[in-house]
Amino acid sequence: MTVSSQAGIDETPLVARAREGDARAFGELVQHYEGKIFRLAQHVTQNREDAEDVLQETFMKAYEHLDQFEGNSKFYTWIVRIAVNQALMKLRRRKTDRSVSLDETIDTGEDTLVREIAAWGEDPEQRFSREELGGILDSAIQSLEPPYRSVFVLRDIDELSTEETADVLGLSVPAVKSRLLRARLQLREKLTRFFRRKGDDAFAYM
Amino acid sequence: MLTCKDFLNELTDYLDECLDAESRTKLERHITECPNCWVIADTTRKTIQIYKGMDPYPIPPDVETRLMKALEKKMAEKQK
Repeated sequence: MTVSSQAGIDETPLVARAREGDARAFGELVQHYEGKIFRLAQHVTQNREDAEDVLQETFMKAYEHLDQFEGNSKFYTWIVRIAVNQALMKLRRRKTDRSVSLDETIDTGEDTLVREIAAWGEDPEQRFSREELGGILDSAIQSLEPPYRSVFVLRDIDELSTEETADVLGLSVPAVKSRLLRARLQLREKLTRFFRRKGDDAFAYM
Repeated sequence: MLTCKDFLNELTDYLDECLDAESRTKLERHITECPNCWVIADTTRKTIQIYKGMDPYPIPPDVETRLMKALEKKMAEKQK
C-alpha cells in the first residue's frame, strides 16, 4: 500500500465553500498548504526568490482556476501540480541547459547503485541540532539531479502516492519507481557520511 | 535464489509495503542471510523516515504578507 497522507483537515467542504466564492475558506486552504508548497518550490527551484514567486503564483492561479478543479483528484495534488509547473517554468527561464528537463532519458544501466555500506547509530539524527540536521538534509537533496530530486520530494516529502507523482510529473509509474529508488539510495549514501555508527568502516559493495 | 541486485530492484516496493506476501517473504529471507542488504534496507528506511519527519518551512512574515495582499486583491477583482 502506498500512503498518501492528507492528515489534518478535511479539505472537501472547504474547497466547496471556496468554489462558491467564500474567501475565508480559500484563505484556510492557503494557510494549510502554503508551508508545503513553499518547501516544494525551494527544492525544485533551489532559489529563494523564485520559490517566493512560485508560492504566490500557485495560489493566485489556483484561485483563478478554482472552477476548473473537478474534484476527482485531491485539491492538494491539484495545487502541487500547479506549483511544479510554475517552478519548472522558473527553472527553464533561469537556465538553458538540459539538466532542467524532468523527462529526459536517464541512463539506468549498469551504474553502481551502492558504493558504501555502513550501519547507522541509534537515532543518528539526535547527534545534530535541528539547524544542523536541516542543513544536512537540504544539501543532500540539493545535490541530487533534478529528475531524481523532484520525484523524491513529491513522493517522500510531500507524500504523494506513486500514481499521483507520475501524474504530476507526466511520467510513467515504472519511471517514478526507478527514479525514487535511485534518489533514496543516493540520499542514503550521502547521509551515511553523517549518521554511520562510530568506529565502523565502510566497505565496497556490488 | 534471490541476488542482491534483485533485492535492490524490489527495495522501493518493499519499503513502501506494496509487495505481495510471497515476494515479501523472499526479500525478508534474503536480508536475514545478507548483512549488506540488511544495512541498505535499514538505512534507506531511516533516510525516508528522517525526511518525512521534517517540518514544512515557516513562511517569512514579509512573504506571507505579500501573498495575502495579492490574494485579497485578486478576490476583490473577482467579486466585482
